[in-house]
Amino acid sequence: MGDKAEMIRVEKLNKSFGDLHVLKDIDLEVNESDVVVLIGASGSGKSTLLRCMNFLEIKNSGNVIIEGETIDPKNNDLNKVRQRVGMVFQHFNLFPHKSVLDNVIEAPLTVKKMKRADAEKEGKELLAKVGLADKANVYPNKLSGGQKQRVAIARSLAMKPDIMLFDEPTSALDPELVGEVLSTMKSLAKEGMTMVVVTHEMGFAREVGDWVVYMHDGKIVEKGHPNDIFNDPKEQRTQDFLSSIL
Amino acid sequence: MPTFGHFLETLLNSYPVFFEGLWLTIRVTFVSVLIAVFIGLFFALFKISQSKILNWIANIYIAVIRGTPLIVQIFIFYFGLTEFNIPKFWAASIGLALHNGAYIAEIFRGSIQSIDKGQMEAGRSLGMSHTLAMRRIILPQAFRRALPPLGNQFIIGLKDSSLAAFIALPELFSVATTQGARTFDEMTYLLIVAVYYLVLVLIFTLLVNLLEKRLSASD
Repeated sequence: MGDKAEMIRVEKLNKSFGDLHVLKDIDLEVNESDVVVLIGASGSGKSTLLRCMNFLEIKNSGNVIIEGETIDPKNNDLNKVRQRVGMVFQHFNLFPHKSVLDNVIEAPLTVKKMKRADAEKEGKELLAKVGLADKANVYPNKLSGGQKQRVAIARSLAMKPDIMLFDEPTSALDPELVGEVLSTMKSLAKEGMTMVVVTHEMGFAREVGDWVVYMHDGKIVEKGHPNDIFNDPKEQRTQDFLSSIL
Repeated sequence: MPTFGHFLETLLNSYPVFFEGLWLTIRVTFVSVLIAVFIGLFFALFKISQSKILNWIANIYIAVIRGTPLIVQIFIFYFGLTEFNIPKFWAASIGLALHNGAYIAEIFRGSIQSIDKGQMEAGRSLGMSHTLAMRRIILPQAFRRALPPLGNQFIIGLKDSSLAAFIALPELFSVATTQGARTFDEMTYLLIVAVYYLVLVLIFTLLVNLLEKRLSASD
């Protein structure tokens, strides 16, 4: 890692929902241009950890440090922080009452107060980038799941975030549509985007991930390069998990 | 019972007096429902707010309005507040607005809460404030979903406006009773006014259906 800038640092993070202790003393750092893949069984806390990184969930204790700035949800303007940390959801969450292009330019128009002409120009470029230039004026209900997710990625990129979080971006897709979304993510990684990805796609983790983090029961069990994790896991629980899914 | 011929003849001859009442009924209905939509929206937002105080204000308002008869509310506005000298038109309109507002508040609350919470999260994750996401993302979708029950409430409001006859506002129903008393031909005029209301409701139902069709383009 060394000289790369630190984008996210999580320190001693704890999060509970009522009596349920979901995250237990999590420490994690994500550096510039890293692709960090979080894997683990459902209920292990991966998604909650991801959601703590853009403050859709607020930690109970510990620190979340974004680009060197310790974010206190009470004092920091979270709306400003979230502009730097984009998120892509499992169920896309496109705005169904807006066309594809309007989905993409909504936040640039209303949050960044961009001029419509400029926002539309950038929006169309982003749609071209995710291969959906011809769908600009279509409503989301006319798109396949894979197309929806690529629009969601373009919508998130429209805010020019420094970091992108992906919360199981392909889990709701039919198998034949997974590839197009993963390849969009792959090209984003190639451009040097800092990414944190929760996924069950081990192929993606192995090929695109710089780091793979295995979580179990609210704790990080093991973190390493994909080759080490997949070929030579140190921890018994990592071995058990990998042998159960591969 | 009047003969059909007599009914038809009276219907055709009486339209000048009825049209004045009709116009007043339409105005009272539109003004009161318009105000009611704003009242409803505010109290719906109060009800889903994090603030316990706002929740309570909304709950008390809805409980009081739903728990008392509309005619009592209209009388309170007209007779009870005579020192403010509220004109009949506004006493009826505000009474109806406050009444419908309570029901519309529940309609909006339900439709806002029926929007998937992922929509708010998507808005927030793009850097939108809660208020901005509510205005740009949630409310447009909630309003569309509220349209059928809102149309229903509008029809109820239209028919309830006939209660304004009891504070002597010369709207449709009041015209019918006045004409009936003047000519001793009550039944004919009651049937005529029933036709007026029915046609109004049918026209309005048609308009709401058209609006729903247009708004559902993206569904």
